[in-house]
Amino acid sequence: MKRPGTLMKIAAPMRLLAQRAAFLGLLGGAVGLMILGKAEAPFIERARVAVADALVPVLDGIARPVQTAANVADNFRALLDVHAENARLRDQNAQLLHWQQVARNLEAENRSLRETTNTTTEASFTYVTARVVADAGGAFVRSVLIAAGARDGIAKGHTAMSPAGLAGRVGEVGERSARVLLLTDLNSHVPVMIEGTRDRAILDGDNTDLPRLVFLSSGARPQLGDRIVTSGHGGVFPPGLPVGVVVQNGEQGVRVKPFVDFHRIDYLRVVDYGTGGTLPISPVPPQARRGR
Amino acid sequence: MAAAVIVAALTQIDRALKRALPLTLGAVIVMLSVVPLPIPEYAVLAPGFLLMAVFYWTVHRPDLFPAWGAFALGLFDDLVSGAPLGLNAFVLLLAHFSIVAQHKVFRGKAFWLIWAAFAILAAGAHALTLLIGLLLAGAIPDPLAAAAQLGLTVALYPVAAALFGRVQRLFLSGG
Repeated sequence: MKRPGTLMKIAAPMRLLAQRAAFLGLLGGAVGLMILGKAEAPFIERARVAVADALVPVLDGIARPVQTAANVADNFRALLDVHAENARLRDQNAQLLHWQQVARNLEAENRSLRETTNTTTEASFTYVTARVVADAGGAFVRSVLIAAGARDGIAKGHTAMSPAGLAGRVGEVGERSARVLLLTDLNSHVPVMIEGTRDRAILDGDNTDLPRLVFLSSGARPQLGDRIVTSGHGGVFPPGLPVGVVVQNGEQGVRVKPFVDFHRIDYLRVVDYGTGGTLPISPVPPQARRGR
Repeated sequence: MAAAVIVAALTQIDRALKRALPLTLGAVIVMLSVVPLPIPEYAVLAPGFLLMAVFYWTVHRPDLFPAWGAFALGLFDDLVSGAPLGLNAFVLLLAHFSIVAQHKVFRGKAFWLIWAAFAILAAGAHALTLLIGLLLAGAIPDPLAAAAQLGLTVALYPVAAALFGRVQRLFLSGG
């Protein structure tokens, strides 16, 4: 009768001690990981990429029905104001037809000028379109995970575009997944310029929805509504990609609203502006290029 | 004879699966939390469902939710969400520890008292997360968004607790 009692008296504190030791060990492990992460140890990126690769099929399976449901809801909403939308599109179509004419004239002029000056044509670029399967937002990071990776020809530094404009660049690449760092992320610094004046600046993300224009060239006076495009400096992004419009110009600094709606990106087009890749892209459809 | 062995083996497997349920649910929550939702500002305001799970199971079934489980789920969350690695592992481990340390306080208490305790814990966890985020990533939190997220996390706890309670009664009532 006495033995189990003594045993218990020793065993209980021993177990508590073991638990405390395990807890402290895990806590130390977490702190260690944070320090290694801060030091950007390469194996941490590899671990992230491996987990993303493994999870992409599962996340894709969850994301698809959610996007379908969202699209159904959108379609229903669109049905309600189909009349007003129709009128708006008719107006816009008239305007765009005018712009199409302008673009054709410019293209013809451009071609003839190139021929007279013997300019080499710009390097062609390639792209991959991929579904967004995970959206990590919050106080620390603004990035999305896409269901395409190295096997689809995606590499670090490639440009991620949405139909509306620049979304970000590829930060991490796995075999079948890639993490795209959005314009709004704290670590995003994009060389840009004001479209009208060609004044240069850097667009700095700060984890809010409105990134900031910093290092504006002296004398630049950005106005509300000015369009911001990439400047092509630094070589990460090609020049002229649409980025956003200036929406704030006050004590909070100059802030830009990106053309991309970050809450509704189902697909991203990852563009390789270097050489090699999969699909050529032509800015004007071939039948339009021939003219009327 | 063979049938008895098979039944015994299946019972063992069934028991093991049921006992793994709290941690499995936590992993599912992590994956669901990164599904892109077409809700403006959702990413910023997303309530801490994982914290709710850690709290619920540590209070009600600490035997099925060990410290390493909180650590592993936090680490998984860091890897999936792209947060600084170790951040959520650290915060959830501390949350787990503080619940276990106060375990006697929760025994047989009214729901609103447990809810109040969750609110205090969530506030602490949020503050710690933001502080570490500031130190590690230099992310300056938007106080309004942080407060709204905390409010949402606390407000939704009863819903999550009801859901977990259902799972517990359905699958874990036998122990």
